[in-house]
Amino acid sequence: MSGVRVLVGTRKGAFVLTADGSRQNWDVSGPHFSGWEIYHVIGSPADPDRLYASQTSGWSGQVIQRSDDGGNSWQPVGNQFSYDGVPGTHQWYDGTPHPWEFERVWHLEPSLADPDTVYAGVEDAGLFKSTDGGDSWQELPGLRGHGSGPSWQPGAGGMCLHTIILDPVRSGRMFAAISAAGAFRSDDAGQTWRPVNRGLKSEGIPDPDAEVGHCVHRIAMHASRPDVLYMQKHWDVMRSDDAGESWREISGNLPTDFGFPIDVHAHEPDTVYVVPITSDSLHYPPDGKLRVYRSRTGGDEWEPLTNGLPQEHCYVNVYRDAMGVDSLDSCGVYFGTTGGQVYGSADAGDTWAPIVRDLPAVLSVEVQTLS
Amino acid sequence: MIRVVLPSHLRRLASVNGEVHLEVAGEVTQASVLDALEARYPMLRGTIRDQESGRRRAFMRFFACEEDLSHEQPDAPLPAEVVSGREPYLIVGAMAGG
Repeated sequence: MSGVRVLVGTRKGAFVLTADGSRQNWDVSGPHFSGWEIYHVIGSPADPDRLYASQTSGWSGQVIQRSDDGGNSWQPVGNQFSYDGVPGTHQWYDGTPHPWEFERVWHLEPSLADPDTVYAGVEDAGLFKSTDGGDSWQELPGLRGHGSGPSWQPGAGGMCLHTIILDPVRSGRMFAAISAAGAFRSDDAGQTWRPVNRGLKSEGIPDPDAEVGHCVHRIAMHASRPDVLYMQKHWDVMRSDDAGESWREISGNLPTDFGFPIDVHAHEPDTVYVVPITSDSLHYPPDGKLRVYRSRTGGDEWEPLTNGLPQEHCYVNVYRDAMGVDSLDSCGVYFGTTGGQVYGSADAGDTWAPIVRDLPAVLSVEVQTLS
Repeated sequence: MIRVVLPSHLRRLASVNGEVHLEVAGEVTQASVLDALEARYPMLRGTIRDQESGRRRAFMRFFACEEDLSHEQPDAPLPAEVVSGREPYLIVGAMAGG
């Protein structure tokens, strides 16, 4: 029988939410790794029992956990993330050179084919790879070293590599996104990289059309159409139809085009979800109404989804990695908030209900569809 | 036998209850105690001191015999009471936050 497992990372531990295919009754387990910040928990597409978690702490730094039984048990694996060679510098907030220093793993992206291969996006921005199930990590230095690295500057949340997308069709093509540097593409499995930011415009940088320096918040792809990318930028929702070579704005009738997550329906590559947030200084929904916006036209035209979501006095945020979809026949959509709610919709966003209401602030939501 | 007390978040990570008891060969220093601790519990590598530089993480503190040893040299001998096992070596998460 089909089912769904929702992996939730929070400020004070991880939680695993499971349900059968009806997605009506949920079992909640956790907190796992209680007291630690769990930036990301994700399952391998090649083996749903293989999970990885990024566990961090201001006191004790980075730990990576691995599960081989779907989250019933975990074991700490390698946590040494050493930049390749002499790391050099990037720009600090005041424009001065600042040495690259590892802070934490923001995002883990398992290989589509091999459960033991997994990529890690880290702060200060870099991309690491493990081919032994997380026991050891090596940097893919071509990203930091392609040329623009010394000019990268952190966003308010730190200089994090938060998005890693593996092209399911073109072997070796992958995308990464960094706040506040922009989007990057590799066509040789991460050995060499180049910026792919043409068409992005950012008011907060000296040259709005610069090759790098854009605060990309999240990128999403539908597996059936890997040349189409959707992006939630600091401001602006964007779309590329040529694998990042060029971008155009698709914010359309959104009430605000600031936000963090963006995701795509599992079966409809033109159906896209965002959560508009008031502004960069007001990290909560406009008018205190929590609304997911859905476009069924690949952008430009958006409809608010409100049924089951609070429509007054709601001042939570939804972080960039805190939205996911399942691939059941009626696509399920899930997101978590800084108020500790995880909302789910079993009908592609038409109606919503909280699965849990009172977790610590949610940092990430990943969804596994189980057969 | 050296007695080591870990903060609760590291006891959970290492799956230990109560004190850790270690045999330390040679001179007993903060560095040699931490070496022995990390050899017994590899998952603690990087959580108390940096794996490359060996420097104490900023918000971890080392106490013994009611003294703060956090700023002592890692290779300085630990007090005789710690070496004899009469007093524990305390690894503490610094007070932080509001």
